[in-house]
Amino acid sequence: MIVAERKPLEQISSMIESNNKILIVGCGECVTVCSAGRKKEVEILASALNMVRSKEGKPVEIRQETLERQCDGEYLEQLRGFIGEYEVVISMACGAGVQFMAEKYKNSLVLPALNTKFIGVTEEQGVWSERCHACGDCKLHLTGGVCPIARCSKSLLNGPCGGSANGKCEISPDLVCGWQLIIERLSDLGQLEKYEEIIPINNWSTNRDGGPRKVVREDLRL
Amino acid sequence: MKSESKLEQILTKGEFAVTSECGPPRGADAEVIRKKGELLKGFVDGVNVTDNQTSVVRMSSISSCVILKGLGLNPIMQMVTRDRNRIAIQSDILGAAALGINNILCLTGDHQKFGDHASAKNVFDMDSIQLVQTVKLMRDEGKFLGGEELKGSPKMFIGAAENPFADPFEIRVPRLAKKVAAGVDFIQTQCIYNLPKFEKWMKLVRDRGLHERVHILGGVTPFKSVGMANYMKKSVPGMDVPDELIERMKAAPKEKKAEEGINICIETIQRLREIEGIHGVHVMAIEWEEMVSEIVKRAGLFPRPHIEG
Amino acid sequence: MRLNYPSNVKIIKVPCTGKVDVIHLLQAFERGADGVYIAGCLEGDCHFLRGNLRARKRVEYTKRLLDEIGIGGERLQMYNMSAAQGPRFAEVAREMTERIMTLGPNPIRAKKGEAEMETG
Repeated sequence: MIVAERKPLEQISSMIESNNKILIVGCGECVTVCSAGRKKEVEILASALNMVRSKEGKPVEIRQETLERQCDGEYLEQLRGFIGEYEVVISMACGAGVQFMAEKYKNSLVLPALNTKFIGVTEEQGVWSERCHACGDCKLHLTGGVCPIARCSKSLLNGPCGGSANGKCEISPDLVCGWQLIIERLSDLGQLEKYEEIIPINNWSTNRDGGPRKVVREDLRL
Repeated sequence: MKSESKLEQILTKGEFAVTSECGPPRGADAEVIRKKGELLKGFVDGVNVTDNQTSVVRMSSISSCVILKGLGLNPIMQMVTRDRNRIAIQSDILGAAALGINNILCLTGDHQKFGDHASAKNVFDMDSIQLVQTVKLMRDEGKFLGGEELKGSPKMFIGAAENPFADPFEIRVPRLAKKVAAGVDFIQTQCIYNLPKFEKWMKLVRDRGLHERVHILGGVTPFKSVGMANYMKKSVPGMDVPDELIERMKAAPKEKKAEEGINICIETIQRLREIEGIHGVHVMAIEWEEMVSEIVKRAGLFPRPHIEG
Repeated sequence: MRLNYPSNVKIIKVPCTGKVDVIHLLQAFERGADGVYIAGCLEGDCHFLRGNLRARKRVEYTKRLLDEIGIGGERLQMYNMSAAQGPRFAEVAREMTERIMTLGPNPIRAKKGEAEMETG
């Protein structure tokens, strides 16, 4: 899933300083799973902003909505009837949702309430961590199912670097060295000989470096 | 000869090589690097010039190398993959070669989190092993990574670093094998304090015959004080300092702590010379360049062999 | 046992403090409460195993949120006590009331009061 985290309240409230009619929109997909932009977080943000503004003596009118998801036009359509009544829309979706809403409603000012962090997993309840950089050319078959690009702090394809100590990364004692994980995994799978194959210099053109990306499936198009 | 490097000639002749290190200043004053260079001149066969080490911005390695070259030293340009993509890396290699630099040490580089610009974007377009491949491709095949031919190959002697003490130990020798396969000519190791562990590593290196395919220079760093020894043990990732060395430093009288540090360093060099497959030492006297000449003399490595050109 | 405790404390009963969510606490302040405290069972004695422990974590989270809002996390507190600790209940009610008296009214209510005075 895409993992996100709410922005500091002060940043959000300063974005809407001069507005009095606000629509807050949550998203029922990834940010619901990572508890950043569910219906519940929409309620909490609305209540918090209400209090901030009441405290300043500038009460604000807030409407709350939570869509199935914000990265699909058909769900965004559900706002069509009333979005125009609000001076601003605060989206509690990932960066994709915020932008797509802005694309669909050209006359509305759409603001982000979340910082979109990464593609990751739920390690345990309340703990999420990164697994994928969306590099566009998966290499997990070469590295025992552990991604060197996402899990190594330097994205080394032939690691570990000299900073790996006691299985931890040089940048933090709390961070496991990605290459330690790769080696353990290759060893468990009886594939340690794979470690000695040099992975050639990467083609980053499938990554963001190649420009904004797009996937087209002609067979599915209408 | 693969390169025009004096270090290559010394190692090829079977001489025991000595290299040292020089950190460029945090400013534009060339005099700082000249002073450090003068302290090393005549005592070493090559001088590593660090590339924004620990991610702290300093004068560029290339320009510092040129300054040292002007003094008659043989600079080894360190290059990290942290700050440049393949376009800049290849361009800088060509530029360095054109300026008469003929040694390169290929490194990944410390994460920028350690430095004075922790909010920087890192590059890591390639890793150190791929950098070795890149230089070799340019030198031996006269080609860019993109496949085009280049006009005038950079005749560089290719080095890399290796840390026999880093984790996990079981891949330390396979990792060296990867660097050898990539085409590295010489290796400088991390500072050696735990000799038994280092000897164990070298035995594994010899078992695979790697010592015949690459020149290994053992890294040494003298302790200046007990504090430094403790710091190296506890705070430098991948450093292995046995307790008995700390005890030796503690036991030395206050005014002789530095001397004891030098003694330990010289004893380590003597033992390294006995190990089959060790072709030299890399003396890293961190901000203590004035001690290198004494260490070289007392270790019986002076005068250095004279190489024409 | 007929113990006195300050009459300004309004009790809201819940089956378990584990049922109390962040939004409930926020809404209490939003509607003008000057302080809120949660009286949960003693730690280790939860009938639902971890209800009171979860309540404590939510209280900690909400305290930070109240700091961000500018109301002040110190207006919210978690206490643990058993059903048999009547005197403790009364003591906590007095302790929390004193704390809130020192802090003064909820700034939102104060501001609303001002507005009413002006318009009235």
